[in-house]
Amino acid sequence: MSAGELAVGTAAAVAHTRTLSEQLPALQVVIPLLGAVLCALVRKGTLAWALALAVTWVMPVIALALLWRVQASGPISYAMGGWAPPWGIEYRIDALSAFVLLLVSGVAAAMLPFARKSIASEIDGDKQSWFYTMFLLCLTGLLGITITGDAFNAFVFLEISSLSTYVMIALGSDRRALLAAYQYLIMGTIGATLYVIGIGFLYTLTGTLNLADIATRLATLGFSPPMLTALSFLIIGISLKLALFPLHVWLPGAYAYAPSFATAFLAATATKVAVYLLVRFLYSVFSLTTLSEPLPVFDLLLALSIAGMLGASIVAVFQDDVKRLLAYSSVAQIGYIMLGVSLANGPGLTGGLVHLANHAVTKAALFLAVGAAYYRLRTVQEMASMTSLKITDLAGLGRQMPWTLAVFTLGGLSIIGVPGTAGFISKWYLALGALEKGWWWVVVVIMASSLIAVVYIGRVIEIAWFREPAGPLREAGRPHPSMIFSMALFGFAIVFFGLDTSWTAKLAVSAANMLLGLGQ
Amino acid sequence: MNTIAPAILIIAALVVPAAGALAIALVGRRANLREAVTLVTAAVLLGVVGRLASVIFAGGNARVDGFEVVSGLTFAFEVEPLGMLFALVASTLWIANSIYSIGYMRANDEPRQTLFYVCFAIAIASTIGIAFAKNLFTLFLFYEALTLSTYPLVTHKRDAAAKSGGRTYLLMLLGTSMLIFLPAIIATGYFAGTLDFTVGGILKGRLEGPAVVVLLGLFAFGIGKAALMPLHRWLPAAMVAPTPVSALLHAVAVVKAGVFTITKVVIYIFGIDYLSATGASTWLVYVAGAGVILASLIAMTKDNLKARLAYSTVSQLAYIVTGAMLANGTALVGSSMHIAMHAFGKITLFFCAGAIYTAAHKTEVSELTGLGRAMPITFAAFFVGALSVIGLPPMGGLWSKWYLALGALEADQLVILAALMVSSLLNIAYLLVIPVKAFFGPAPDGASAAGMKEAPLACLIALIATATGCVVLFFYPGPLFSLVGLIQFR
Repeated sequence: MSAGELAVGTAAAVAHTRTLSEQLPALQVVIPLLGAVLCALVRKGTLAWALALAVTWVMPVIALALLWRVQASGPISYAMGGWAPPWGIEYRIDALSAFVLLLVSGVAAAMLPFARKSIASEIDGDKQSWFYTMFLLCLTGLLGITITGDAFNAFVFLEISSLSTYVMIALGSDRRALLAAYQYLIMGTIGATLYVIGIGFLYTLTGTLNLADIATRLATLGFSPPMLTALSFLIIGISLKLALFPLHVWLPGAYAYAPSFATAFLAATATKVAVYLLVRFLYSVFSLTTLSEPLPVFDLLLALSIAGMLGASIVAVFQDDVKRLLAYSSVAQIGYIMLGVSLANGPGLTGGLVHLANHAVTKAALFLAVGAAYYRLRTVQEMASMTSLKITDLAGLGRQMPWTLAVFTLGGLSIIGVPGTAGFISKWYLALGALEKGWWWVVVVIMASSLIAVVYIGRVIEIAWFREPAGPLREAGRPHPSMIFSMALFGFAIVFFGLDTSWTAKLAVSAANMLLGLGQ
Repeated sequence: MNTIAPAILIIAALVVPAAGALAIALVGRRANLREAVTLVTAAVLLGVVGRLASVIFAGGNARVDGFEVVSGLTFAFEVEPLGMLFALVASTLWIANSIYSIGYMRANDEPRQTLFYVCFAIAIASTIGIAFAKNLFTLFLFYEALTLSTYPLVTHKRDAAAKSGGRTYLLMLLGTSMLIFLPAIIATGYFAGTLDFTVGGILKGRLEGPAVVVLLGLFAFGIGKAALMPLHRWLPAAMVAPTPVSALLHAVAVVKAGVFTITKVVIYIFGIDYLSATGASTWLVYVAGAGVILASLIAMTKDNLKARLAYSTVSQLAYIVTGAMLANGTALVGSSMHIAMHAFGKITLFFCAGAIYTAAHKTEVSELTGLGRAMPITFAAFFVGALSVIGLPPMGGLWSKWYLALGALEADQLVILAALMVSSLLNIAYLLVIPVKAFFGPAPDGASAAGMKEAPLACLIALIATATGCVVLFFYPGPLFSLVGLIQFR
């Protein structure tokens, strides 16, 4: 969609009283925010969990309603507080943001049943309600970044999500979680600072903070060095948040030491929303021609994505801590997503966007399975003080926890990109996108990275299947049904999205077409 | 006439073994019931495939339109004569193999038998999926499923050897399929705009010059299950599996899935006219021809019986690839027939190898001298299987080799004709010598004539049945010929 179209309808009259359905964009953010406040008032962990559950289960319903409205009658513009854009804050939902809203809220809703037992085992009783408070704040931030049409408002939500994430990580049972949270705090703050500097440059250039408005004005300005500066600050700032190789150093520690549930949630949603923000700036705010001429943005991103896909995959092979292994795998998978973003053609961008969803369900399944194994092991007396999960701890998992390992295996197959799983769909589009550019070698890189995934996933599965259960695992029983429920949902999603893509690829195609101005 | 719609039959052929796997898992602890489920499933599958065969013989059409996964990728099935042949071979031999497995697994007191039968049934379902796939995407999906479902079977013993063999197996098969086969599929989709198997091929006029040669090469080596040298290492590595697995999967289902896929690609993706017009396949004729001889030579050096049989398989698969790459109708009839003929011969040989291991605990060829007097039935069957693999009358193997030779002549490839003949001589040297020495060699020291000691009855029934099959296929090859005759080349 061109910048001009984006601005259409922003002057809509907003003075009249609005019906509930017109308030949905605000509710998408306000409900979790209120939920967070309520959770903070509650002392009992289970009650806080129930509150969080109620809130997160409403979220996908609203996201779905918004998606339907976008599909039926085009982008939605909502003037926050009745102040018309570009003066007030505009919430703006188009094909891309509706897709990401549904992704984030859907993943959170499917995952929350898992949280109760897992969080209860990993976090002390009086801190549990704080955890759910932070979780809901983080959800508020992530949904806010996605829904807002205002650059500064996005910064505010970015900070809300980041600050709450630091707390969630620091609540991990391992003492090293504090260091990991601190490291992320430093890196995240640098990222946010760079972002806000970039916004400052854009504001001095255009005199507005509304994204659509910035786009319109930039188009008339033509290229200038401050514009390049703004772009550079924005890209580097957001790339820190999305953990683009080599700005990913905070991620493995954060994922490894955060509570199991937090890791799964962050891996599935947080980096995805940062990618969304970058795509928004690259494609909607800066026009494609401005980008490619003075600064080879896409070539740079391509090089870094490929370095991440190969480099992080190879590092993953040598990890002994399961969560750390999966964290490096995430860095590699972000490389896949950014590869699609930097290909900047129909199939390529579709591949990148659809991998947001496909990787989200895949990594959620993997981290939840690991979380379930961790939970069970800690119920055994001699392991109660364990704070991290080594691959060797999983020996014999196949015998003791067959369903958990089945979900893990499904997730692994999807990471590898076996046909019939969600991961294959992403790789198919990415390969087509590379071919459309005539870049054969990129296809080979995609496949080579998949092959390295066979090795690191294979290492875990080999130990889990082959070794006889060690003492502690022998005593560990089955995970709680609520955990199996969440894992099964994601396991099912991996296969479902591998065969029926009307909820993933179809939405990604229409988002990519909108971003590239190819029409719906 | 048929009252069941062909589409239902196709779905049933996929669902029956899959449901069988589920049922086996559910009744796992009750061994007799579990084995009964396996046998019933195998019998029902053969019935379903047989019904489908009658549709195809009647010139009918059987397909499932399925659904589109994303634009350009459709999950769909269509039965054509070559796929029918493959499915018939796999489902027929599954029955024999199930009977054999019961004898073998119990006599050797193998652990984890339930997992064994479950994975076996899933592997068969995958094989049927490959046989009936309508396009390269569907085929690829089941191709990978077959690799993954056979991995637990290869690593069944779970010792160090099984682990390292399993790694080689998984990495080579997944590696070739993802690094070479999948890019070839993507390129085909990109250039041709479709992945459907179509009579006469889909690439004509879409792809020119050296790109055709490269693409065909990607398919030939990317389809690692065909074990085209030098990408054959996984097959000897897979021999760490229990013998029933080696027999049905690594002499029939998995390797034949490979050469079947290559044959399908040659006929329905490139089209034989297009290949012979461009000459894109000529270099692969020589590569495969060299593989025929080389693998035979390596087989001669192997003293381990299963390793020798594995290299013999590598050599025989290269026959089929050679025939496909000759890209003429006669050679392709030979290749298609050889998929069936070699299957019966080689499964018999593996059954015998397993029977020898079970009854006498011998694995090396040099230990078998004189053993024929203790195990006359097994070695007689070995003799029959060996004759069929070599291609001597009165065994079915003669027919396929005959057509392969005619095809080589038709293509004026006298070098290849010579290679096929030389390899047959080598076959005599390393296969036929085994039963001859077993019967006429001196009895091993210490083991005086203690009388007969054969493998369990279930094993014997199976190997007698497949050996008989080799003979029957010589005298009544008619149905196979008429099925292969239905393949439309243009």
